[in-house]
Amino acid sequence: MNQALSEQGALIAIQGAGCQSCVKKIKHALAPLTDTDKVSVDLQAQTVSIDAAVDIPAALEAIRQLGYPAELKENEQHEEIPAGDHCELSAAPEAATKEDTAPQDASPQSTGQASAIQLNITGAKCAACVSKIEQALQSVPGVASASMNFADRTAAVEGDADMDALIQAVEQIGYGATLATDDAADQEAKEKAELAYYKQLLRNMWLALGLGVPLMAWGLLGGEMMVQPGLSQFAWLAIGLITLGVMAKSGGHFYTGSWKAFKNHSANMDTLIATGTGAAWLYSMAVAALPQAVPEMARHVYFEASAMIIGLINLGLALEVRARGKTSQAIKRLLDLQPKTARVIRDGDEKDIPIENVRKGDLLRVRPGEKIAVDGEVRDGKSLVDESMLTGEPIPVEKKQGDKVSAGALNKTGSMTYVAVKVGKDTALAQIIAMVKKAQNAKPPLGRLADKISAVFVPVVLIIAVIAALVWYNFGPDPRVAHMLVAATTVLIIACPCALGLATPMSVMVGVGKAAEAGVLIRNGGALQQAGELATLVLDKTGTITEGKPSVLEIHAVDGRDQTELLRLAASLEKASEHPLGMAIVESARDQSLTLSDPVDFHSESGQGVTGVIDGVTVLLGNRRWMETNHIDASPLTEMADKLAEQAATPLFMATDGALAGVIAVADKIKSDSRDAIARLRERGMRVIMLTGDVKRSAEAIAKQVGVDEVIAEVLPEDKARVIRDLRQKAAQGELVGMVGDGVNDAPALAEADVGFAIGTGTDVAIESADITLMRGSLHGLADAIEVSRATVRNIKQNLFGAFVYNVLGIPVAAGLLYPLFGVLMSPVLAGAAMSMSSVTVVSNANRLRLFKSSAASAQHQQEEKAA
Amino acid sequence: MSILVNLLGLGAIAFVIYWFWLWRPQNAAHSTGGAIEITVADGVYSPNHIEIPAGESATLRFLRKDPSPCAAMVIFDGLNISEELPVGHAKDIRIQTQEKGVYKFNCQMNMYQGSLKVV
Repeated sequence: MNQALSEQGALIAIQGAGCQSCVKKIKHALAPLTDTDKVSVDLQAQTVSIDAAVDIPAALEAIRQLGYPAELKENEQHEEIPAGDHCELSAAPEAATKEDTAPQDASPQSTGQASAIQLNITGAKCAACVSKIEQALQSVPGVASASMNFADRTAAVEGDADMDALIQAVEQIGYGATLATDDAADQEAKEKAELAYYKQLLRNMWLALGLGVPLMAWGLLGGEMMVQPGLSQFAWLAIGLITLGVMAKSGGHFYTGSWKAFKNHSANMDTLIATGTGAAWLYSMAVAALPQAVPEMARHVYFEASAMIIGLINLGLALEVRARGKTSQAIKRLLDLQPKTARVIRDGDEKDIPIENVRKGDLLRVRPGEKIAVDGEVRDGKSLVDESMLTGEPIPVEKKQGDKVSAGALNKTGSMTYVAVKVGKDTALAQIIAMVKKAQNAKPPLGRLADKISAVFVPVVLIIAVIAALVWYNFGPDPRVAHMLVAATTVLIIACPCALGLATPMSVMVGVGKAAEAGVLIRNGGALQQAGELATLVLDKTGTITEGKPSVLEIHAVDGRDQTELLRLAASLEKASEHPLGMAIVESARDQSLTLSDPVDFHSESGQGVTGVIDGVTVLLGNRRWMETNHIDASPLTEMADKLAEQAATPLFMATDGALAGVIAVADKIKSDSRDAIARLRERGMRVIMLTGDVKRSAEAIAKQVGVDEVIAEVLPEDKARVIRDLRQKAAQGELVGMVGDGVNDAPALAEADVGFAIGTGTDVAIESADITLMRGSLHGLADAIEVSRATVRNIKQNLFGAFVYNVLGIPVAAGLLYPLFGVLMSPVLAGAAMSMSSVTVVSNANRLRLFKSSAASAQHQQEEKAA
Repeated sequence: MSILVNLLGLGAIAFVIYWFWLWRPQNAAHSTGGAIEITVADGVYSPNHIEIPAGESATLRFLRKDPSPCAAMVIFDGLNISEELPVGHAKDIRIQTQEKGVYKFNCQMNMYQGSLKVV
């Protein structure tokens, strides 16, 4: 490995590669030196594996030049990996790289790693306690690192330590420790804080409007709003001071926020409100204090405007807080799935304990009508379990001994006991919640323009307000000073870019939540946008279009032989085999509760078939060549076998005691709804391609049955990614290619596609490996994902249009553009109301997305209505 | 008087341009081994200019005091990080970046703004 050119490849240790773009950069840098198809980057292990000839020093230099420290790793494992296995092994790291296209969770609290434990610490009163507690935790066997956050009294422990030992270690030094509260508690705290803030905003609103409305009514009803020296002057001065008090009480946060932002050389919404209302108040006070210094026609006061604007903006914020709460209802529903207690069986006793006290390995009971508490494996009992809220799969699934159950699923019929396999933040439900929360925070590329604009918006508006003021001052009608003030204030108030900033995140939050309800987990904003833009969809066959598990399709017996007996004999023979087709036959016999015998003189011929003696009968099972080898005439069933092959089944000939007995067709069944789902995709104008390693004839037979025109067959697993790459290269400008596969095996191809969809059933790998995970096995989830994506993007565009139009039209009108034409100048109070309503409108439009129903759900709903 | 008002207006425009766009931060908060604490209140991140060395990880500890929805999220767009900030509780965000440069961070509505300089 020390020579410059290594024929075997190399394993290089790197540092600091943390995202998919790093992977691409490294591969790109290595492209002139080696075959990049043979390069895989494992971000978790921080290694670059090159499985082809490469100039090692040059490769190290190329990686270092990118800024990643790189060293050759003298790792025997790399050399020991057999060629055939390497593809499979390298698939997982590729899958892991996808993770990085999603927002990173950098916080220890929410990494969701199996080895991270979060504890709430009580009794820590000073910073000195921190090191004591950290030392105590670190002394527990299995702890890799422990760090305490004094600010929120939590400790993060990494490693593989026993939870009780950790709690005991903290308690022994005089503090208290409990497992950190879950997402549900966080959500509750968040809702509480939001409610308190909502009430505070309403109080602010009432106080400000309590002053502003009477003042405004006074003006509208013909009351004098001009200041004349004398008694009215003192009255206005008093009103001005009262207004100042109200402004400080109801809108104090605008002024402090504005001042702090100013000191930090940044400008925000508060800047506009504070500048606008402040200018109106200062002008009015100047008029009230020194009316003689102002031309007679400009002695107008605007105290009512300041109070009204603050009142209306508080109202707008309150409405926004309420509407925002609704956008996270999907998360709330997911959190509600988690039961608060679990029934644990310890030392023969059953008792209900808080969910956070359940430990890995605990035996739990779930009774009919109860929810599964944690992820586990059924030990005893049988029941139908409804996993619809978790997977989108509407039909309850039967669970029996050995089956896996997931937290949050509803146990419908029987009582079962199960062993806790994953608890707390490691359960699939907790991971789904974490993933949905993250995706809800991500922004699709569509929102970037709005971000760029809103980042520079406030200073631009300040400049526009000054320009408007100067124009009114120099060219406006009398009273010029008053007009100048009104125009500048109105521009400042109406221009708040809240609606622009909210347009994208609000829609994403609802869209990702809607997708989660349909069992579609979207990992990042880019995927959310791109899914709806896909022009080509490549579907893996096995496990995606088909069940992925062969089963006995048909049995044809000759000369009136008993089909069941044939199945029993074949299954007894195949008991000794591990071939997938043989296992399908055994499973089919077990499903029929047939009693199997043990084979004698079992013999297997690779690629042909098996033989053995069952209960004294010599049984042969295999392909046509196997029959020929054993001098058995298979011709009476060859026509039937060909027909079965055309239906994409594998025909297995069977002979007993030297005579042809029948043919057993084993096939990987097509999922019942694949055809309908593919039709939905094609109706949406998508080009659908089937990708498989099967022989062309068999693949075409499946494709015909499910309505797919294009087939790419006989592709080796390691070549699937290349096929996707070729399709992307051949695609027209801007056309996107999506890949759908069942998780781990297809990971490189999923990573290569513009959008990778993993079909999974809630497994960790499926959740982690693709841009979008379809929790249920059905391809309808894919169509749902695309429909949700399109609906969300449409909603974002509506919001952006609304926000842009509002600001683009609102600012010129506020500046007085209509005055020369119609003699109309917008009131600052109206601007305040309009500004508040713009955010409310955007949030409400995003909430409209909550009513979205996929075409399949709508059709089902219509059918149910008709039936009713 | 008219000239004075116009000069004041032009001066105000020049000031806005300088103060919000041309000014460059002189002092940034540095990582000294522990977490860098950032308070989220009154429309600003304090401090709002952070400097960390390239190739090392740093922890930013956000303490949100402002209950307004605007402050609820912090987004590091260039680093693919977006995190919800709980009110009244610290939230640690670990940054590990190799590439030197300035990474902006902001709230969802882009009203709270800060910058992270990797040197």
